[in-house]
Amino acid sequence: MSPLAFLLRRVGAGALTVLAVASLSFVAIHALPGDPADVLLDETATPADRLALRTTLHLDDPLPVQYFRFLGDLFLRGMGPSFVHRDRTAFSEVAAVWPSTVALALCAVLVAWLIAIPLAMLAATRPGTRTDAAVGVLSLLGMALPSLWIGPMLVLLFCVALPWLPFPGPDASGPASLVLPSLTLGAGLAGILTRMGRGALREVLREPYIATARAKGLRESTVLVRHALRTALVPLLTVGGAQLSALLGGAVVTERIFERPGLGLLFLESLLRRDVPVVLACVVAFGVTVAVIQLVIDLLYAAVDPRIRVSA
Amino acid sequence: MNLRARLGLPLVGLFTAMALLGPSISPRSPRAIDLAHVLEGPSSQHLLGTADNGVDVLSVLLHGARLAGVVSLTTVLISLVVGTLLGGGAAFVGGRTGAVAARVTDAAQSFPSVLVNMAVLALVARPGVLHLIAALSITGWVGYARVARAEVLRLREREFVTAARAMGALPGRIFFRHVLPNASGPLVVQATFGLGAVVLAEASLSFLGLGPGASASWGALLDQGTAHLLQAPRLAVTAGVAITTTVLGFNLTGDWLRDKLDPRG
Repeated sequence: MSPLAFLLRRVGAGALTVLAVASLSFVAIHALPGDPADVLLDETATPADRLALRTTLHLDDPLPVQYFRFLGDLFLRGMGPSFVHRDRTAFSEVAAVWPSTVALALCAVLVAWLIAIPLAMLAATRPGTRTDAAVGVLSLLGMALPSLWIGPMLVLLFCVALPWLPFPGPDASGPASLVLPSLTLGAGLAGILTRMGRGALREVLREPYIATARAKGLRESTVLVRHALRTALVPLLTVGGAQLSALLGGAVVTERIFERPGLGLLFLESLLRRDVPVVLACVVAFGVTVAVIQLVIDLLYAAVDPRIRVSA
Repeated sequence: MNLRARLGLPLVGLFTAMALLGPSISPRSPRAIDLAHVLEGPSSQHLLGTADNGVDVLSVLLHGARLAGVVSLTTVLISLVVGTLLGGGAAFVGGRTGAVAARVTDAAQSFPSVLVNMAVLALVARPGVLHLIAALSITGWVGYARVARAEVLRLREREFVTAARAMGALPGRIFFRHVLPNASGPLVVQATFGLGAVVLAEASLSFLGLGPGASASWGALLDQGTAHLLQAPRLAVTAGVAITTTVLGFNLTGDWLRDKLDPRG
């Protein structure tokens, strides 16, 4: 299969998955108890107000009609107006916070790799030493320390005890305000990648071709980076990719700690307000983001390992 | 016994003891209000100090351990049984059923599970412990299904299974008597990590305000601690230490079990 056909097939499959997830969410949200009109109206509302609101929001239409309206909204009308802010579309609500969540997730991934790769190389080249054991404990700690605890502790350390970084809040902006959230969200991934990276590197370093590279007289750093690390990256990409969707979901805790607007918090608030269009728009945004990430990782495989061509 | 077991098992033991005995030895109710002592440090009356409304932190920790214990044990049991039967069963049957089940599992894993948990709890008017368990089990089974599938696929064509089949054993008997017991090691390891993961998930959901409001929870305590980070940093530290040591205990134990139960390792 040509690369273009592969790409088209993957994009098509991704779009179908997102549509399926969105449709499933549509059914689930309408099947569960809880009338949006009850949440949106205050106690002074009369039954007439309620009826009027339900008519405006098309809540009294049969479910199939609502579903087709949802599909139309999805493709043509920015996913329809938000139930709460009638003058804004659900799409614009999501678009306002999506970049913030993606920036956070990307920085967290970057932080995780920057921590994990050097540590994994340090440990893998010194097996059985104290350095190796220390890296092992550190990576287990990174995996066990939940971001909902690292976050507040980092704030205490770097914003209160050592006032180097701005105290989190809605006013905090700029690159400095991203440092602690990225560390908070990335620590767990860093722990996993360090562990996996050490294991993968240990295995690769036993391969005969590494002995060949050394026998050719290559410098140890070249052997490590060009020959060993490159091969070890393939399993790391798999794990890193599988963790990304969890990371995207986990971002909601970090967003709450640091009072950063984001997709997770918008999803939570819209759920509690029964703002159905925004909830569904968030689901679509999460689905599309996860699908794009998966595609990028698949393309990265091919870049790292020439044996894996897109023919698969 | 190696370092991981020597660290992990006592932590798991401590958590189990707190979950079993906590509510009985708790000095007061985790909801008892004492407005004369709000957000205070440790004292003879309140060994670990007080939180919002003068609630005793030690009592919240002890009752919170019971909630975390009940939720994690139940969720892991449900997820383990459902995941093993679906993932392992589908792999054992194979063919089109197996392929469809594998696709469903992959699709379920690709969507962030926290969001599904959040959605279930946010749509219930007043989430209780049972809602929490249901929300966590809806996503929890996927990991076990994947492990069970991989194990069953590995075992299905082995000689002892062929031998059992040749002796006329029915598929159900082969699955439950011959295949599953041999797949139990990785599933036990997965469940050990799972217990820690559910403790963490419960804490996260309670932290987001989606926990059972009537029960004391470590996550809700941590939420208070984050809100009062400047006045009472002690709160966030205490709740966080409880959550972290418990998760670390299960992770260390799971790691140790993985090496111990895996003959190939």
